[in-house]
Amino acid sequence: MDDDRKLELSRRGLLVGSAAAAAATAVPSAGTQATPLRPNPATMPVSFEVNGTRYDLDLDTRTTLLDALREHLKLTGTKKGCDHGQCGACTVLVNGERINACLSLAVQHSGDAVTTIEGLGTIEQLHPMQAAFIKHDSYQCGYCTPGQICSAVAVLDEIKRGVPSHAQVDIAARPDPSDAELRERMSGNICRCGAYSNIVEAMAEVAGART
Amino acid sequence: MKAFTYERAKSPSEAAAAVAGTPGAKFLAGGTNLLDLMKLQIEIPTHLVDLQDLGLDRIEKTPEGGMRVGALVTNTALASDPRVRRDYAVLARAIVSGASGQLRNRATTAGNLLQRTRCPYFYDPNQPCNKRQPGSGCAAIGGFSRQLGVIGTSDACIATYPGDMAVALRVLDATIETVDPQGATRAIPIADFHRLWGDTPHIETELKPGELITSVTLPRPLGGRHIYQKVRDRASYAFALISVAAVLQRGGTGRVAVGGVAPKPWRVPAADAAIPQGSGTVAARLMAGARPTEDNAFKVPLVERTLAAVMTKASAA
Repeated sequence: MDDDRKLELSRRGLLVGSAAAAAATAVPSAGTQATPLRPNPATMPVSFEVNGTRYDLDLDTRTTLLDALREHLKLTGTKKGCDHGQCGACTVLVNGERINACLSLAVQHSGDAVTTIEGLGTIEQLHPMQAAFIKHDSYQCGYCTPGQICSAVAVLDEIKRGVPSHAQVDIAARPDPSDAELRERMSGNICRCGAYSNIVEAMAEVAGART
Repeated sequence: MKAFTYERAKSPSEAAAAVAGTPGAKFLAGGTNLLDLMKLQIEIPTHLVDLQDLGLDRIEKTPEGGMRVGALVTNTALASDPRVRRDYAVLARAIVSGASGQLRNRATTAGNLLQRTRCPYFYDPNQPCNKRQPGSGCAAIGGFSRQLGVIGTSDACIATYPGDMAVALRVLDATIETVDPQGATRAIPIADFHRLWGDTPHIETELKPGELITSVTLPRPLGGRHIYQKVRDRASYAFALISVAAVLQRGGTGRVAVGGVAPKPWRVPAADAAIPQGSGTVAARLMAGARPTEDNAFKVPLVERTLAAVMTKASAA
């Protein structure tokens, strides 16, 4: 017990000492530099639009956009796969551009307009990409599908806007929706069932490259 | 994640002062790397200063005939710029060969320069790592080191700078402009921006505490043939085993830099001078003094072969 306390005290002493040393050597002008104090969990007001509806939330600053959508707004269409930006299951559109919702804090998005899979189409009126995914059997288990569809919609828009990709032979040229382009641009969306070729078929149809 | 407070700064010097004045504070740009590391508690900031309202998202011409790229310009926006695609194609090519479309839409120019290494031992908090925890040792030395550095490394750290964009910026001789908490500005040549690890692998750049990158400037266009050749384990969305950025002129002269081998984009003046003599001499001069491990010794000949492919491609055009 005594030993534990000694250890605890010396550890604190070390932290204070090393922070002071860092302040003295690295930022000589900032004489007020002290040991970083961990703040209590903080909440902040966040207002953004999701699928055309405005939401005013009070969120822990640590809440990712993905968790805000799923856990606070109960929009569970957007999926949590790896939670580290590696799988693409959380792909949503923010101000029209696709991003990984897991690698973005909700507080970064005050004032933004977010579109999730729930906002792309309805059961009565599917988005053309949703309809094409069904027609071409572009999924098996379906877990990655909302992210795949959001990403696919954004990819065709990026090609239309001339955003370049690694698949282009001439980087200055306007890209076209070739299979090589679609495959390269969808590389941030992983599908463990391996529906890739049918996803390309669906995208190519929506792009008008084939029927 | 550990708890933190959050603010949106209104000006670059205010942002710099906020970070300098709050112990444990960090700048937040796109957040694609920082948030990932915060989830793993490798980064544990107490306060985040969000830079999105600073107006640093513009690309402008400079009076010298070059370009000034705001720190918050996204990878997608920079690679999409028609002037970049025409006059600095090596940069556009390098950017689109990195990450995924989703990440490039959020990742910023300054954030990309500051991204941390992808050494697996840096990412595993159970392992010793002098970069993550100074003085704890390096599990990568003697460990699985296939992806890791072969030159410019040290006995304390064999990690690499992992990015693509900076390799192109190095070959273009870009300059990094900053503002400090007192409002003073300075320009750092990219050659000097990233540090070799030495005994202090946790100090990765020349930036001082609270110093904020405001823009990256590109000198006048070089002309010539621009090539970025990345070699990786899969065709897309993977970090480089090695990469070569090259701007090669008709007369047989040019510049080359290599990524994926060192703590910084690797460029050697004597290697540039040897370009007319062919890829073998260039590679020998670039890799002189390399200290690869058994696992990553393949990177040294891979640099030569990739250089040969790049130079053949340039002369065929």
